[in-house]
Amino acid sequence: MMMKKEKILAIKDLSISFQTSAGEVNAIRGVKLNLYKGETIAIVGESGSGKSVTMKAVMGILSSNGKVNSGTIDFTYHQGDEAVKVDILKLNKKQMRKSINGKRIAMIFQDPMTSLNPTMTIGAQIMEGMIWHYKTPREEAYKKAVNLLELVGITDAEKRMKNYPHQLSGGMRQRVVIAIALSCDPELLICDEPTTALDVTIQAKILELIKEIQEKTGISVIYITHDLGVVAKVADYVSVMYAGKIIEQGTVNDIFYDPRHPYTWGLLSAMPDIDTHDDKLYTIPGSPPNLLKKVEGDAFAPRNIFALNIDTREEPPMFKISDTHYAATWLLHEKAPKMDMPAELRTRIDRMLKEAEKDGK
Amino acid sequence: MNKQNEKIMFAEDDFELLHGDSISQMDENYSSQSYWRDVWHRFIRNKGAVIGFLCIVLIILLAIFAPHWNEYTYDSQIITNQNLAPRVQGLEKFGIFDGSESMSTSTGEVEVNKYISQDGAETGLEDTYYWFGSDVLGRDIFTRTWIGTRISLYIALAAVLIDMLFGLSYGLISGYFGGAVDNVMQRFAEVLNGIPSLVIVTLLIIVLKPGLLTITFSLMITGWIGMNRIARAQMLKLKEQEFVLASRTLGAPNFMIIFKEILPNIFGQIITNTMFSIPNAIFTEAFLAFIGLGVPAPMASLGSLISEAFKSFTTHPYMIIPPIIVLAVLMLSFNLLADGLRDAFDPKMKEM
Amino acid sequence: MKKYLLKRIAISIVTLLAILIILFLMLEFMPGSPFNDEKLTADQIALLNAKYGLDKPVMIRFFNYVKNMLTGDFGVSYTISKNTPISQLLQSRLPISVRIGGQAVLLGTVIGLILGIIAALKHNTIWDTLTTIISVLGVSLPSYVFALALSYSLGFKLQWFPLLYDMANPLRSSVLPTISLCMFTIATVARFTRTEMLEVLGSDYMLLAESKGISGFQLIVKHALRNALIPIITVLAPLIVGLMTGSLVIEKIFSIPGIGSLLVTAIQANDYNVILALSFIYSAMYIGIMLVVDILYGVIDPRIRLAKGDKHE
Repeated sequence: MMMKKEKILAIKDLSISFQTSAGEVNAIRGVKLNLYKGETIAIVGESGSGKSVTMKAVMGILSSNGKVNSGTIDFTYHQGDEAVKVDILKLNKKQMRKSINGKRIAMIFQDPMTSLNPTMTIGAQIMEGMIWHYKTPREEAYKKAVNLLELVGITDAEKRMKNYPHQLSGGMRQRVVIAIALSCDPELLICDEPTTALDVTIQAKILELIKEIQEKTGISVIYITHDLGVVAKVADYVSVMYAGKIIEQGTVNDIFYDPRHPYTWGLLSAMPDIDTHDDKLYTIPGSPPNLLKKVEGDAFAPRNIFALNIDTREEPPMFKISDTHYAATWLLHEKAPKMDMPAELRTRIDRMLKEAEKDGK
Repeated sequence: MNKQNEKIMFAEDDFELLHGDSISQMDENYSSQSYWRDVWHRFIRNKGAVIGFLCIVLIILLAIFAPHWNEYTYDSQIITNQNLAPRVQGLEKFGIFDGSESMSTSTGEVEVNKYISQDGAETGLEDTYYWFGSDVLGRDIFTRTWIGTRISLYIALAAVLIDMLFGLSYGLISGYFGGAVDNVMQRFAEVLNGIPSLVIVTLLIIVLKPGLLTITFSLMITGWIGMNRIARAQMLKLKEQEFVLASRTLGAPNFMIIFKEILPNIFGQIITNTMFSIPNAIFTEAFLAFIGLGVPAPMASLGSLISEAFKSFTTHPYMIIPPIIVLAVLMLSFNLLADGLRDAFDPKMKEM
Repeated sequence: MKKYLLKRIAISIVTLLAILIILFLMLEFMPGSPFNDEKLTADQIALLNAKYGLDKPVMIRFFNYVKNMLTGDFGVSYTISKNTPISQLLQSRLPISVRIGGQAVLLGTVIGLILGIIAALKHNTIWDTLTTIISVLGVSLPSYVFALALSYSLGFKLQWFPLLYDMANPLRSSVLPTISLCMFTIATVARFTRTEMLEVLGSDYMLLAESKGISGFQLIVKHALRNALIPIITVLAPLIVGLMTGSLVIEKIFSIPGIGSLLVTAIQANDYNVILALSFIYSAMYIGIMLVVDILYGVIDPRIRLAKGDKHE
């Protein structure tokens, strides 16, 4: 278990802004993120928090008005036995498409209903990447595509190859998208809310499928999601994003059982839970800040009942809680008053811990 | 991490709670704008659309007032004042609009000015000014142009009314009731749409006399089909939505639901589509007039003015220019306005 | 697909039938019958009526009429060219109109597509603005404005091309008419291509294709253009209508001996038979083209081609 872990993705000080008609939006404000081989990290946050934008930067598919202001994205891939490290932000679009996209990093998008090309057969779409990147002969690509379809749990694979997207259901389409992503054996898979557009029953199946594939292939996975239920099911590590910054990160246990940031408290409390009998479902008041304006102090302060006076002036640094657990809130400063998470959340976590113990025995 | 901490000078009250126990609902972060204000802002940021709109207003004002600005009327013929080139008080000193035109003769191009004779003889026209010139019958082109513009504007108005009264209701009703009603109504529209409008206009002209009424009729027959399609598509999309279902379960009559619940929600598309159908209607009139089926003489429309001037346009090209420019500006303005409205109501381009 | 096809064909037939009924009714109720000659006695008229089947019941007469129209027997011209069979008038004129119309569609579509694609790929640059200006001008100015401008500058002043159509030199003299006629097509196609391309370029499946690493020509042609082209087919209908009306004016300006100028002459001369025959021909051409377009649409778009019978879930 204590093998030396290999860092596959390292994002440092990433800052991205968008030119819009209303002005410049600072969508990403200094993101730092590490991912090790074979592990799964989940990035959690409200819409607009910048999680998708960060991953689009990793894929090199930012929209044309997006601008990377600073930072590096170091990605390590293997060519034969040799590990190659590149800074994705230094590659131009052509190099990116040729050597990274699809080949080393693949992405699964949110809505399977719109992410497949309606005028190409399923088969052609799966084979396209292989033929494009590796000049795989057609018969070989065809065989591999059929295998992939079987891998992602599509029955009657040969027949499906000739189908068009509109002939498949949403769940099926997402399986096809996964097959496309896997077609060139990438080392990193980015899943942008892969299940939000699907039925609950199919959601679980897709998540299991990705997990299974991960076990089989040792691929590293990044999930982007706002659904903490998904996080609990699949992730090893969790990063909570707010207003273009990661504000708390740690292992799944750290985040679920020992959350420190008031925003994480809010997120966890807002998660519906059948065992909760409280009358009020906690919600975080207000809405995310307008990133058109420069953020002074802590971006979350205006919505935070635990905000301190310093939050209006200074942005909190990342405080270390344990080797794996960090959070950016002034509450962790030694001078700060001791604040506990809301009582309802406390009881909920205690109950979950008890259940986990029971299950463990 | 702690290095950064050291740089910060902490104030004494830094670690006291900011909000105390209560927190106001912070929702002002994004200044929330109403839909119509959003539309308005997008519209006025579109320069083309605003210019188009201003041009239309200007042309409407000119069409109303300009025919009264000089002593000529649109049908007063002064035989002695035939084919006079444009001449404007004040501007003539600068060598433009001084009433001269170049004529091709057997010896080449010559400057001719019919207002003032070269040999000092009286022409009786020294104090006569035709701003846009006069035509072969000695009528003032300026007055005729703005009178003609009225016809085009009338056509525009007719197109809007037809779109609203026929197309909109037809589409809404067809979409709302669905099933057999929709089937019959849409098949009928398809069949009608399968007949080229050229043929419909031609046949109407045989039955009726050429004129405004005929043009209005032909617009009535063909002009509403596009709007019908859009209204129906929107209706199909909207009628399954919660707010419609809600008022239906509450027992609101169909008529109420169609015109009170659904209509306001598709207003944007309707206005946009109406704007697009105006240029089409003006086009139809101009085209009919050009082949001699427009408003009967001595009435003028932009199309008939162009058609008349075309006959002498190699000798007196100035005659054809005013109606063409007004027509072009009018068509352009309506198109720009329609484009701008479409973009304002339906911002498609994603920014992030 | 089968259902879609049958529906399209049925609508086309019904439309054609509707036109035939209208034309027949107009023929029936038109002021003046072919034998309105005062020299003829009542007996002679009855004889002629019997000869031409005009004494038969309405239904029979209608069927005869439909049969004649469909077989190309359009009757004779009354006023333009007395007693000449209309089919004979059309023989020389139809090919000229079809050729010039075809040239205009072809040229306009190709240029329009290129302009639209460039504008979308170079969105928000000078190319985009330029294309937008061209397309707004193209849909805003009636084709005769272009025709007049071209014939004045290139024809009258520079004398590069003949001012009027010359039967002896059909290619050179069809340059100006073709250009004037295709402006509307260029504008419409460019405008529509731009919008459709922009929409496709912003779609999720383009993002997926890009994240697969596809780039350059394959990305634009196989993923973007193929999807953008399908809806472009739908603008062909207004284009053809625009061409038909445009050709009337263009043929008049350049004195082209085509069916457009024949129709104008016929309308001005009240030659009913010619008007009705031409109305039928215009309608039939239009319906035919639209049917072909609809079928093409179904073939290209798999969502329509495979609409029935293939669904697995």
